[in-house]
Order: sequence, then C-alpha cells, then structure tokens
Amino acid sequence: MANVVGSSVCRTAVDEGKPEDWVPGGEKQKIIDPMKMFHELPRELQFITGSEAARESMRRANIDIAIAYPITPQSESMQQAGYLYDEGYIKEYYRAEEEIGTFSAISGASRAGVRSLTATSGPGLMRGMEAISSWPGARTPIIMLNMCRVINTPLAIQPDNIEMSFMLNTGILMLHAENQQDFYDFPLAAICASEQVDVTLPAVVSVDGFFCTHARGPVKVTPEEYKLPPRDGWRSAVPAMDNENPPARISRDAPIQKSNFISYHMHSSWQQEVFAAVERSAKYFRKYLGGLTEIVNPGAEDFIVASGCAVSQAREAVRQEGEQGRKVGLIKLKTIRPFPTEELYEAVKGAKRILIPEFNQAGWLHKEVCSVLYGRTKGVIKNGPRVYGGMTMPTEMILEWLEEFRKEVK
Amino acid sequence: MSLETLRPSPAFKDVLPVEYKDLVEHGPYNNRNGKDKQTVKVTDMGKFKEVIEEHPMCAGCAMTLFIRLTYIGMPNPEHTIVVGTAGCGRLAISQASVPFIYGNYGDTNAVASGLKRGLEVRFPNQAKDVVVMAGDGGLIDIGFQGLMHSWFRREKFTTIMLDNEVYGNTGGQESGMTNHGKVLKMAPRGKFGDKVDALGLAKVAGVDYIARLAPTNPARVARTVRRAIMVAREVGSSYIQAYTSCNIEYSIPTPDVMKDAFEIEKERYGFEEIISPAAKEYLDEVEKKAKKKKTDR
Repeated sequence: MANVVGSSVCRTAVDEGKPEDWVPGGEKQKIIDPMKMFHELPRELQFITGSEAARESMRRANIDIAIAYPITPQSESMQQAGYLYDEGYIKEYYRAEEEIGTFSAISGASRAGVRSLTATSGPGLMRGMEAISSWPGARTPIIMLNMCRVINTPLAIQPDNIEMSFMLNTGILMLHAENQQDFYDFPLAAICASEQVDVTLPAVVSVDGFFCTHARGPVKVTPEEYKLPPRDGWRSAVPAMDNENPPARISRDAPIQKSNFISYHMHSSWQQEVFAAVERSAKYFRKYLGGLTEIVNPGAEDFIVASGCAVSQAREAVRQEGEQGRKVGLIKLKTIRPFPTEELYEAVKGAKRILIPEFNQAGWLHKEVCSVLYGRTKGVIKNGPRVYGGMTMPTEMILEWLEEFRKEVK
Repeated sequence: MSLETLRPSPAFKDVLPVEYKDLVEHGPYNNRNGKDKQTVKVTDMGKFKEVIEEHPMCAGCAMTLFIRLTYIGMPNPEHTIVVGTAGCGRLAISQASVPFIYGNYGDTNAVASGLKRGLEVRFPNQAKDVVVMAGDGGLIDIGFQGLMHSWFRREKFTTIMLDNEVYGNTGGQESGMTNHGKVLKMAPRGKFGDKVDALGLAKVAGVDYIARLAPTNPARVARTVRRAIMVAREVGSSYIQAYTSCNIEYSIPTPDVMKDAFEIEKERYGFEEIISPAAKEYLDEVEKKAKKKKTDR
C-alpha cells in the first residue's frame, strides 16, 4: 500500500524508494465540490492526446485504486495511471494477470468501498465480460475507461466501437466521448453519478481508439490542485463488504441461488431496480454535463444523430451544409445509458430525415434510435452511413448520404 | 461485523436475539480476553449457536465439519470477509455470520486481491482479514490463473481449498484434483492425468504458509486456519488444502465419513506444513509470546 500512511501490513512508499519526507501528490490537493469543479473553476487550454486527457482527469478524480491489464490502444492511459501512482495521485495500483482477473479484482476493490478505476479495449472488454456484467447487480460503483477497438477476426487494433453494443443491456452507465475534451470531462462526471446513493452503479466512458486516444486535441482542464471529494464508502445503495456494515444479502442468500418462485421473484425485482437506477442517474448527468445531449440547429428537417467520433465528422458536415445554405440539425448523445429518449424525441419530432453515422458494422445506435422513436415520429430513419474495422469516416461520406437521402425522401 | 460500529444499548440486551448474545458472550465475536486474537476453542463449540446454522449440505458431509472448524479458527471473525465461488462449500459458507462474497466462476483470488488492497486503503489502522474458501475445481481448474497470480503477487490473504476431489455441486464430474484413473462423470474411462500438485505449485510460487490436512483433528484444523490467517495478515500469502470428502459421489456411507478421512489421511493426505523463514520467524514470535503470557500467569 505504497501511498497510504498507517497501514499495518503492506509496503509503504518508503519501501518502494520514496524519501521519508515524501508527500503524495494527492495529499497536496484540495477537495472541491463537483459542481464547482465542472462549472466554475477556471480552465487552462492544453493541446494533449486523449490518453493524456484521461491522465489529467484521473489526477483530479481522487482515485483510490487502479487495476488494469495492458491492451492497445488502452495501454498508454494505464501507463499514465502508473505515473500518477508514482506521483501519489492514486493510492494503489497494479497490473493484473488479464482481464477476468482485472475486472474481478476491481469489483473486489469497489466492494471494499474505495474509488476504483480500470480501463480496457475491445478484446479485453470481451474477455472480461462475465465480470463486467456482474458489476451492476453487485451494485459496485466502478469507473472504466474503454478505448474502443475492433473485436472481430481477423485480429486488428484499429478503432471500431462494436464492443459498446455488448454492454447496452448490462445495467452499466455508458457515456460516449466525442473527443479529448470529453475524455477529460466525462470520467469525472461518471464517477460522481455512479457513487450517488440512488444510483450505486458502475460507469464506462468509451472513446473511439486512436482517433482520440493517440491524437492531440484542445482540452480545457481545471487547476490540478483541486480534486473531487473521496468516495464515501458509507453512502451506498448496497453496503460495502467491509465488515463495518451488516452485509447486503444478495450475494449470500441460498434462496436467491435456488430454483423456486421466491428466487425468481427476488432476481427479477433486483434486475428491475438496477435498470431503474440507470434511469435515476440521468438527473445527475444533466447537472454535471449540462444535459444528456447537445443539439445543433434545432428544428431542422434533416437531422444527424450521433455519438463518439461520428459527432465530430457530423459537425463538419453540418457546417459545410450550412455554407450551401442548407440547415442540418445534429444531436450528440453524451450518454447511451441512460438513453436520452425524451431529449432525442423532442429534437427530431419535426424532422423528415434522420441520418445515423456510426463507427461499427452492426449499427447499434441505429437500432437504439429506432426502438425509442418507433411509432412516435414520421421522420424516416436512415440505416447508416457506417465505417468499421479501423476506417475513418470522411465528411464527404455523410454529405453524399444526405444528398441521396433527400432524393429518396422528399 | 465490527462490534465497535454496531453496539446495542445494554438496555436492549434482554430483547436481542439469543444467537447474537451467545456469539458475543461465548462465541468468537469479541472474545479476546485481552489478546489480539479470539480465544474461543474448538471445545467451546456448542456454547453458542455457532457461526453456521441451517445449512443445506448433504448429511455426513465432511466439508461442513471443516467449514465449521474454519470459522472457529478465525482469529478475528468480526473483521473477516470470506470470498467464494460456485460449489458445495458456499451453501454452508453463505449461512455464516461472517460476510461472504459469492462471486463469479473462478474469480475468487482476483476479487480477494482487489478487496484486500481496497480495505487496506480504507482502513489502514484496522486489520481486515480476507479468506478465500472455494472448492478444488473453483481454484485449480477455472480459478487457476487467478490463484497462481495472487500467489506470485504475494497478496496478503488466505486461500483455503475444500478438496473433495470432484465437482460435487454439478453432479460428480472429475476435477484437476481427482486422482489418476478414478472413474467419475466426464471421466468414463478414468481420470486422465494426475492429481494436480497444488502444494508444490504453492511452494514454487513462494506462498509463505502452506498446509495440508484432513478434518480428523478439530483443534489442529482451527490452529492451522489461525496460523494461515495470521501469516496472511503480517507476512504474505497462505494456503490450506483440506481433504473434505464427497460422501455422495465417492459412495462413502454416512457413518463411515470420518473413518474414510482417517484412512485417506494415513494413506496420502497426512498433515504437512511448509513455512517460509519469514513466516516461521513471525509465528515463533507470536506463539512464543502467547506461551510466555500463559506461563506468566
């Protein structure tokens, strides 16, 4: 326990080579109210990569423990977490054996009542999926950074966000960062929302790998002397397994594990509660992020619905359409879970054409949008455009699809 | 649970459940007598309603006996968390008055790693003992990677293998700890390969306290558990491998379960301790101190 003073058993920072009078960086920081951090603190403009933006976010997040297994393109961020540990901004840190071990260990850490962070990419996420899908039911607030990457054969390390579709029905809070700035802001907001008593759920902030993680972009950061309040292990929908509280009975009662009516009833009501908690988190994201969505050109007949990097490409398409005198609307979905159903409906209810560009083959966002707008709007929802396997999405592609769309739907 | 956190008013004592009162007054909860570990002995069992009750284990199951003795041996049950996985054992473990994390398949030693480190961050001045108690399949087959890496990292918790040499809970399939040639489900022509030398693996991985035993000597089981947990608290990883026969799948008549335990112990499961120099030094110090105190009186 390198960065904790008073521990009776583990290594100390001095054991690991720090001088006797070393003060961990985190202890020099001041705690600030999250709303002040998000909306009031002055910000300094930096030109940094997405991985560096994640590092600056972690520096201010008051992380107790970070555990991860390296995988491209996540590796750089978790190496940065290692430097933060060395500087004393993270209290405990280790490289786990692989992803099942990583995500199981991080759930153990969260059960201890401490703020716990991990990160992964495509295949790593799939490897650890059994553990990940058990986090919400165990009501463990965990922050996971997910740098999206191809998961299919043939093996590739390129960006593709198909893996997000596998998390849609797990009960995890899901955010999708558009750029380096979001990858700085979203993890901080996700931590605060996930640790609310009426939420108590894990959260994942996904970002499209390489496009954001390894490219530089402008990021406005708050002064590094301020950090979030620590996780309060006592405030939780399900008590921490710390032997200071009577334990929750979910993980231990024999009736839940057996095949009888009581067990079915308990399990179903537990699942209902998890998904209700996802919806309850919306009010916190609205506060922290200024809304679950961002809308450009409200009231337009043509609307683009997008998340992640596709938003940036769509922004440029909207700008170029504007130069031609055509008003095209854009709705950026910041949160995927909770899904901003009403915000989306309000934005596109008057639209004639709805285009959904995505960086994956399956079109999971298209399916999501169709499922919530079905029977509620008269607009035609276009199944694309899509790129995958590492391809970029040229703005021209969106513009061509818009042009074709206008010919198809008058 | 910490008695300091939840201490009922004396005025309510007469309306508290008798189980609670017995655990505090006669059982291992808060029974310190001025020492840093609980002083309840195996011979005290019966004076309190015990840490396990109403478990659904099979009649005559040796594993149940071993689990009961494990709870008696815990030096600090009110600050202990047990981590388990699917298998017979959890049916009893989940009924104990010590918090239990019932995780995913084979995740015990990874969960325990994060849990122990997290507890250290949050409670740097209060020792919290973490004990993994899982079956042979849960540890040596599906949980193998997590088990080995927790040892390589020298994680400070205790791993107890309930070795019934079979997948009892799923109906009797052979496991990595089944002996060579044994005919069981999924081994219709006999188990291929030898019983995994988990003790040898623990030794190679640098586990500080390793013990093998059968539940033939209750006091020794409790003492071994206590030693393993104390070493994990102060020195490094510890591992206990316990023979806990499956009388159903191995067709051992219920009255003969203990006879079988004695026979297997004599034949191939004798009591053995492998202790690292650091752990030995620590145990000598602790146990000498305890002996000295006794003599002083």
